[in-house]
Amino acid sequence: MRAYTPKDDVQAKSYYTDRYYVAPQVPKQEVETDEAFAADLAALKEKFEVKEAFIQMKQMIVYINANDIYGVLEFLRDELTYTQLSEMSAIDWLAKDNTFEIFYQMLSMTKRKRLRIKFFINNGDAVDSVEKLFRCADWSEREMFDMFGIEANNHPFMKRILLPYDWQGNPLLKTYPLEGDEFAAWYEVDKIYGKEARDVIGPEIRDTARVDRYDSERFARLGFEVPKGTEITGNEEPNNQDYQEEGGVFLIKKFTKESSKIIDDPQR
Amino acid sequence: MAQHKVNYTQDGGLPVALTSIDKIVNWGRSNSIWALTYGLACCGIEMMASGASRFDFDRYGTIFRASPRQADVMIVAGTLTKKHAEFIKRLYDQMTEPRWVISMGSCANTGGMFNTYATVQGCDRVIPVDLYLPGCAPRPETLQYGVMLLQKKIRANKAGNAQKPKRLM
Ligand code: SF4
Repeated sequence: MRAYTPKDDVQAKSYYTDRYYVAPQVPKQEVETDEAFAADLAALKEKFEVKEAFIQMKQMIVYINANDIYGVLEFLRDELTYTQLSEMSAIDWLAKDNTFEIFYQMLSMTKRKRLRIKFFINNGDAVDSVEKLFRCADWSEREMFDMFGIEANNHPFMKRILLPYDWQGNPLLKTYPLEGDEFAAWYEVDKIYGKEARDVIGPEIRDTARVDRYDSERFARLGFEVPKGTEITGNEEPNNQDYQEEGGVFLIKKFTKESSKIIDDPQR
Repeated sequence: MAQHKVNYTQDGGLPVALTSIDKIVNWGRSNSIWALTYGLACCGIEMMASGASRFDFDRYGTIFRASPRQADVMIVAGTLTKKHAEFIKRLYDQMTEPRWVISMGSCANTGGMFNTYATVQGCDRVIPVDLYLPGCAPRPETLQYGVMLLQKKIRANKAGNAQKPKRLM
């Protein structure tokens, strides 16, 4: 019997890993080392429960409860001048503990500070939409739904944004293969020609280095082209393709190298 | 016989040129290949350059049209995504026969560097293709050469309705 390989992360991995490699960690600092952040955090702590907070790369990271997200962002926007939501999305931790980590990257133009609000949700849970606070969250939340399958409550139009509406699967999950699952591989054939056409059209060729000189359906040997589907013997006559027939074409002059003028002057 | 007989059929004696129907029809067809504006990605920029003044597609009678119903050739210039696949088929079906397809660049030929779930691995999975241009992106000269090869291909056809309509399946 073959050994079972876990299917929770099917992304292609590099074939060489250093056994003694330790992933570098960005050092964390106390929030108290930055006055502006310390004041913001104190104000936030008065109203909401803060699970953890620290500074990394001059940005404050605050972990909160999932239910507080709307209130926290509203408070940040209206009271603490974090008026812009630069980005939001999710991180797949399903393999580790069946959770998603959701982050909201905020920017304050007056304080010139960036902070990141984070929380965890269980697989299958929905987040509260912040679309009413920041219009840009509309598309971000749709993208999060598209890529991770995380729904946003109270969102006005909770549909896929990038992939077609009838797509199955969430491509940014680590369980999703880069080259697509069975559904993705046959998507265009199934949709346009129907499932019966799979046999006629055939599977995708995903081997980018594949060259087969005996396959005249898919490959043409330069200078030895033959009609599609011809059996290749290896003794093909040279078949130099010219853009015009030998006999000339009605009313069209043939260009010959001899009659051409080569311009050497690059400044012409 | 008059002494100064004019040979009317030669030397420009009469404005008459003798040819066959096939030739004259194919001459017309091959020198007015109107192309459907179909820039899907970066290759589309090279296609636009071919149409602009430096490379000047108008010399070949190739004029870009914005409607498939007026176009003879579809130049698929760029990455065909799976989401877009049904639309390329629909546009191809709207073109009138005889119609041709030039697949321009690695992405349209084989999916190119996008070995991912979202890219159609070659637009010939969806529509029949006449000419594949290699390159990422092909230079405008390549596209010009491709159009000239297509003209040659058109000239080799019969003009009548006997031409088999191309179908992928
Ligand atoms: S072949 Fe290259 S240049 Fe053309 S669309 Fe693909 S990536 Fe862009």
